[in-house]
Amino acid sequence: MRNVRIILVIFAKDLRVEWRHRETLVSMCVFGLLVVFLFNSAFEPAGEEKLRLLPGLLWIAFAFAGILGFNRSSAAELENSCLEGMALAPVDPGLIYLGKMLANLFFLLIAEAVVVFAVSLWYNFSFLPSMKWFALTVFLGTLGYVAVGTIFGAVSANTRMREVMLPVLQFPVAVPVFIAGIEASTGALRGLPPAEYASWLRLLIGFSVVFLVLSYLLFEYVLEE
Amino acid sequence: MGNKTFPLTLHLLLTLVWVFVALYMIFQYAPEETTMGEVQRIFYIHVSSAWTAFLACFLVFVGSVGYLWKRAPFADDLAQASGEVGLVFCTCVLVTGPLWAKPVWGIWWTWDARLTSTFVLWLLYIAYLMLRSYVLNPGRAEVLAAVAGIIGFVDVPIVYMSIRWWRTQHPQPVIAGGEGSGLDPAMRITLLVTWGAFLCLFSYLLRQRLWLAEGRREARKLRQGLALQTSKE
Repeated sequence: MRNVRIILVIFAKDLRVEWRHRETLVSMCVFGLLVVFLFNSAFEPAGEEKLRLLPGLLWIAFAFAGILGFNRSSAAELENSCLEGMALAPVDPGLIYLGKMLANLFFLLIAEAVVVFAVSLWYNFSFLPSMKWFALTVFLGTLGYVAVGTIFGAVSANTRMREVMLPVLQFPVAVPVFIAGIEASTGALRGLPPAEYASWLRLLIGFSVVFLVLSYLLFEYVLEE
Repeated sequence: MGNKTFPLTLHLLLTLVWVFVALYMIFQYAPEETTMGEVQRIFYIHVSSAWTAFLACFLVFVGSVGYLWKRAPFADDLAQASGEVGLVFCTCVLVTGPLWAKPVWGIWWTWDARLTSTFVLWLLYIAYLMLRSYVLNPGRAEVLAAVAGIIGFVDVPIVYMSIRWWRTQHPQPVIAGGEGSGLDPAMRITLLVTWGAFLCLFSYLLRQRLWLAEGRREARKLRQGLALQTSKE
C-alpha cells in the first residue's frame, strides 16, 4: 500500500510541476500536430490510401511527441539537483521510475488524443467505429514506448547532447512497438475481427511487461551517484 | 590477464595462419554452388561475421550484468570491447550482405526479416557506443552503459521476433539465402573453419582492446598517485 502511495506521490509531483508551467504537454501536442501537417504536405493521403498510411502517420507523430516529453521529463529533474533529491529519498528507486513512467504515460496519452482528434478532422476519418480496439492498441503501444522512454530519458539526461542521445537509444529499441502498434492499428481501423491482430496485441503486452520489470530493476543504477 | 600463458603475438600469428587456411578452403576446397556460382563464396564470410556479431552482443550483455553485479572494472572493459569489436563485425555483415544480394537477388537491399533485424542490431551497437562517449561525468559512463547494454540485449530477440512475424505476413518475392536446405559437407566444414578463423580474430581484437583499457586504467591510477604525492609535498 505504501508503495502505491509513493508511486502516486511522484506522479502527482510531475503533474503539479507540469500544471505550473504547462510547457511539456503543450509542446508535445504542437509537435505531434506539426508532424501530421508535414506528413500531409509530403504525401497528401486520400481515399483508400488513407487507411494504409494513417496508422503509420499516427505512430510517427506519437513517437516524436513522446521523445519530446521524455526529454523534458528528465531535463526538468536536472534543475536545482532534483534528481539527487529523489535519489536520496528513502524509497525503492524502482517506485520513482514507476511514478515518472505513469506521468509520462499520462502526458503522452493526452497528446495522442489531441493528435488523433486533429487527424480525424483533417482527414475526415471517423475513429468511432473502431474506437475500442484502436484505443486498446494505442494504450498498449504507448505503455511499452513509455516504459523504455522513461528510463532512457533518465540515462540520456546524464549525457552531452541529450536531445540527440535519447532518440538514438529509444528508436531502435522501440522498433517492435512501432511494428506491432502499426499492424494492430491497421487491423483495428479496417474493422477486422480482433482475433486477426491479437498476436500483435500480445506482443505489445509482452514488450511492456518485459521492459517495465527490467527498468524497475535497473532504475536504481541510473539514479545512483 | 592471460597474456603470459598465451601471448598476444602468438595469438596474432595463429589468427593469420587460420585466416589463410580459411581463405584457401573458401576459394579452393569448397565446391562451387550450382545456381549462384562463385559469388556464393562470400557466404562463408557473411555468416561467420553474423555469428561473431551475435556472440559479441551476448558478451556486451554478460559484461554489463557482471559490472552492475560485481563492479569489476574488467567486466565493463569486456562490455565496451565487445561493443566496439561487435560493431565492426556487424558492419561486415551489412557490407557483405548487399555485395552478395546484388548479383543473386538483383537488388542491394530488401527489408526482409533477417536484414532488418541485423540493421536494428547495428543501430543498437551504435547507440551503445555513442552513449559511452557522451556521458558527462566520466565515472558514470560504466553504469549507464551497462543499463543500456542490458536493455538493448533483451530487446534483440523481441525485435527479431516482431520483424519475422511482420515479414511472414507480407512474403517477399525473393528467395532467401542459400543455407537451411541441407549444406554440402565440404561447405559445412569450410563454414566452420571460417567461423573459427573469425572467432580467433575476434578474440585477438578483444584481447588487444582489453589490454588497452587495462593500460589506460593503470596510467590513470599512476597519474592520480603522482598528483597526490606532489600535493602532499
